Amino acid sequence: MNALTETLGQKLGRAGGVNLLPLVVAAVAFVLIGAPSSWVTLTVAGLAMGMMLFLMASGLSLVFGLMDVLNFGHSAFVSFGAFISATVLAGLGGWLTADSWVLNSLALAAAYLAAICFGLVAGWFFETVIIKPVYRDHLRQILITIGAMIVAEQTILAFWGGTPLSVARPNFLEGSWIIGDVSIEIYRAFAFALGAVVFIMLYLVLNRTRIGLLIRAGVENREMVEALGFRVDRLFVGVFMLGSALAALGGAMWAGYETLITPALGGQLMIVVFIVVIIGGLGSIEGTLLGAILVGLMTNYIGFLAPKLALASNMILMVAILLWRPNGLRPAVK
Amino acid sequence: MTLLSIRNMKTDIGQYAVLHDISFDVPEGGVFVLLGRNGAGKTTTLRSIMGLWKPSPGSVLFKGEDITSHHTADIARKGIAYVPENMGIFGTLTVDENLILATTSGRFDPARLARIHALFPALEQFRDKQAWSLSGGQKQMLSVARAIIEPRALILIDEPTKGLAPSIVDAMAGAFREIAQTTTILLVEQNFTFARSLGRDMAVIDDGRVAHSGSMEDFAADTALQDRLLSLSA
Repeated sequence: MNALTETLGQKLGRAGGVNLLPLVVAAVAFVLIGAPSSWVTLTVAGLAMGMMLFLMASGLSLVFGLMDVLNFGHSAFVSFGAFISATVLAGLGGWLTADSWVLNSLALAAAYLAAICFGLVAGWFFETVIIKPVYRDHLRQILITIGAMIVAEQTILAFWGGTPLSVARPNFLEGSWIIGDVSIEIYRAFAFALGAVVFIMLYLVLNRTRIGLLIRAGVENREMVEALGFRVDRLFVGVFMLGSALAALGGAMWAGYETLITPALGGQLMIVVFIVVIIGGLGSIEGTLLGAILVGLMTNYIGFLAPKLALASNMILMVAILLWRPNGLRPAVK
Repeated sequence: MTLLSIRNMKTDIGQYAVLHDISFDVPEGGVFVLLGRNGAGKTTTLRSIMGLWKPSPGSVLFKGEDITSHHTADIARKGIAYVPENMGIFGTLTVDENLILATTSGRFDPARLARIHALFPALEQFRDKQAWSLSGGQKQMLSVARAIIEPRALILIDEPTKGLAPSIVDAMAGAFREIAQTTTILLVEQNFTFARSLGRDMAVIDDGRVAHSGSMEDFAADTALQDRLLSLSA
């Protein structure tokens, strides 16, 4: 029996192993949902949500993996990214509604760029002023980053007020593609494509460059990287800034996805983001993507099949995966 | 000529005083061996030299320069390599990636790489394999190879024979002899036979203090001293 289980495990490993999980979930959902058109719509929505969650979670995962820093204030970058991009889009309303996809795209690019720039600068400030004094002290990290999250939320309230803010979408991303009886919302397809491009870029940086090699090594054994002559603390500032910028971009994309945002947006998403990071395995970009896609798909499938279970579905998924693999699906350290 | 000089080094780890008073000089060239019982403070001495734990008070002089308060990375850049007891291998990186990470330029010097492959043929055979899949001996080879992928003045090696098969230990001794022709090695070792075959000078650490220092030849000849300091036959 053990030999059979081992052989099956090896065969599954060669076929892709845990990477096949989203396919398994999608296949099971296909049978349960029954209607192919609904299944396609839900799958695209799940993939788009997964990609946006990946953007928000990737930085958090790398920061925890590299410096063992628990940053509960990460949600602030998501919220600010969403509000800053919404404000830029509102300011460029003329370009957004123009009958030119070039102007539409420029408005969207400006909004995303503003969010990314904010993320970079705020990330540098956050790391230098708030995180650095509490390195290697988890309790203080939790307290101070939760405090920073509250301050950030209140700052958003002071600047933008408590009324939900409506987010404009560019003309060319409005509407849906209708293929047969399948309807695919254009913005969701766009979010998936943009997330995929960012993942590929991040993957190439981590796996094809020297700085990526240093980050991967630092996630595994920070002390040894320093003993080889590299200042991990300086590398960490860069990683923190990158992670914050990605979170802000994720927030900006989420704002367009929801079209109505409140200052609590970041805090609400953080629970899901933490689940993604834990499921994927700390410090692993591939694991974070896998976790994000799984959470995105499960949220949409369960929301359709058993709406009352929708809130609990991610928790159940996390518990099931941790019982099976306590270090997550693809942990960075073996 | 003295390459490394440790003066009255005291190191605490948390609330525990591990090193009380360590002083010894490592001459340039050859293998200097640090001996001592389990828990005597040998590993703490190497980590304190590398800046991973900060001694206070006391000083570490490398080529005459005080490096006590320097950051670990800056100490490494001065030409000191470290092979820790747990080998410090990056398991998810390939063998070649582990090696290239230890170069300052990010490129291999073909002559040095060829020398490493001649010393440790397994590293050439498995160069694209992830390091976690290597055997214990191969991981130790990779850890040592990483220390010599570029010219260094001093290599700190912590218990390299621990848990290795006798044939690998012999291969490791041969490699160390060759490395010691061009680089000074400060070796922490509990395997006295292995240490004696390599060391020219030595010191024994006992309870966080240097209990004896001198030539390995004299120490090897004094079995009473060995019994007292290392409990080899006690």
